[in-house]
Amino acid sequence: MSAIYKREMKAYFTTFIGYAFIATFLVLSGVIFSLTTLSQSVGGDITTYYTFIIFAFAILIPLLTMKLFSDEKRLRTEALLMSSPVSLFGIVMAKYLAALTMFAATFALSCVNLIPAYMYGSQNTAVIIGNICSVLLIGCAFIAIGVFMSSITENQLVAAITTIATIVLFLVIGMFSSGIGFAPLRIVLDFFSIFNRFTMFTYGIIDWSALVYYASVSFVFLFLTVRVYERRRWA
Amino acid sequence: MINVEHLTKYYGQKLAVDDISFTVTKGEVVGFLGPNGAGKSTTMNMITGCLSSTSGQCKIDGIDIIENPNEAKKLIGFLPEQPPLYYDMNPREYLNFIYDLKKCTLNRREHINEIIDVMGLGEMQHRLISQLSKGYKQRVGIAGALVSNPPIMIFDEPTIGLDPRQIIEIRDLIRTLGADHTIILSTHILPEVQAVCGRILIIDRGKLIADQKTDEINSLAEDNRKFTVRIVGSKNEVLNFLRKTEGAAKVDFMSSGKDGSSLYMIQCKKGYDLRKTLFYALAEKRWPIIEMQNVGASLEDIFIAMTR
Repeated sequence: MSAIYKREMKAYFTTFIGYAFIATFLVLSGVIFSLTTLSQSVGGDITTYYTFIIFAFAILIPLLTMKLFSDEKRLRTEALLMSSPVSLFGIVMAKYLAALTMFAATFALSCVNLIPAYMYGSQNTAVIIGNICSVLLIGCAFIAIGVFMSSITENQLVAAITTIATIVLFLVIGMFSSGIGFAPLRIVLDFFSIFNRFTMFTYGIIDWSALVYYASVSFVFLFLTVRVYERRRWA
Repeated sequence: MINVEHLTKYYGQKLAVDDISFTVTKGEVVGFLGPNGAGKSTTMNMITGCLSSTSGQCKIDGIDIIENPNEAKKLIGFLPEQPPLYYDMNPREYLNFIYDLKKCTLNRREHINEIIDVMGLGEMQHRLISQLSKGYKQRVGIAGALVSNPPIMIFDEPTIGLDPRQIIEIRDLIRTLGADHTIILSTHILPEVQAVCGRILIIDRGKLIADQKTDEINSLAEDNRKFTVRIVGSKNEVLNFLRKTEGAAKVDFMSSGKDGSSLYMIQCKKGYDLRKTLFYALAEKRWPIIEMQNVGASLEDIFIAMTR
């Protein structure tokens, strides 16, 4: 498993994808930070910044995940992994963790934005920690979605587009719910909304049900990825 | 070493491998022969655990590949039909990756240097795999199967895409490996198995139709001798004469030459060898033979002979 993790980490930097991801992430976060937190005259509200960052994930996460499995299929390297003494779960986790490492490390880098936020505004540290935790967890869930999407196609572009579509769906699902009169449907949509669960964190409160929800989304999509491979083996 | 019992594989409704059983003992080099689409790759993928069987089982050194895959897979080096290469790595990095993947415990440096030497990858070891020629890519693929020196090696069409010199090198390598490894090698080229394998399994439309020693197959090929002969003489008369000759199963006219000669393909009946007979008979008729060439029995001929 560590061999695959190491290979994926290296591959991010031997191809341009790793650099492209870091650069895009940092530029986007900088721009969003300037346009939201910095442009406000007083206070320097940080929650709007993190809300936009989550939207930026729709473009950023597919960069990390689109080639994870689709390329293995295209190059027929799956046979090597499948005939090696590594479990399917190990293969999926190794790739997931590699993408997660890239994501978390870059997200940590983007925290330089907090320096001016603290210097020129009064920040509530609990709110910031709450935001960071939830953004990290949402990132984990979205990466799991990306991993799954790349396992069902051998075309990176298709993997990227389906990942974007699914992430956007998860993001907007809660926005429509308020306009729906049919209560059961509204409750279901609210349940799946990423944003409704994000709210508590922005007050600096750890919402355990949200933690469980984000972890469940990750788990479900990783489980589905393992199933895709099992199914192919047994097909 | 390898024990395959009643292995069956359905792809949806399509039967790809139909109740195949065989055993390969330690140190054997077995050729897996069959036309394209016969089920060779499917069987190999099942033996290596890349694919599961619909029914039946496969044991590697007594370990079931489905029940205990991690232990069984450690014993196998596998080269699939298309070598599984990461194009963003160089051969050395690639071999190091497989070394880690297989949790190999041999001395890393020595072991990988040895493989690079054996496969003649020294000059190419620091080039990206994507930039290598097809022959070199194939060699890197074979090198990958050698990592961790597994006792069993399975090669799916190892010489495909190689030039004739490389083909000979790879055959020599397989023969050398065969001294202390158990090898299954698939191909649709008959001379290849005749050159390196001690035993041949023939598979056709998912069924195992023959399991014989190479010598037996060779004698089978001799039983169905086929050769071309160029004879100077009137085409129709010669053709008629040849067809009437006892022991000729099939005579075909191939082409005419400028010198008044014609080329014929003659297939002998089982147990007949017409080469000497024709020499004397045609000399008597004063139709000189100016060329004669043995055409090795083709895979199709063997099939026909096997399935008859």
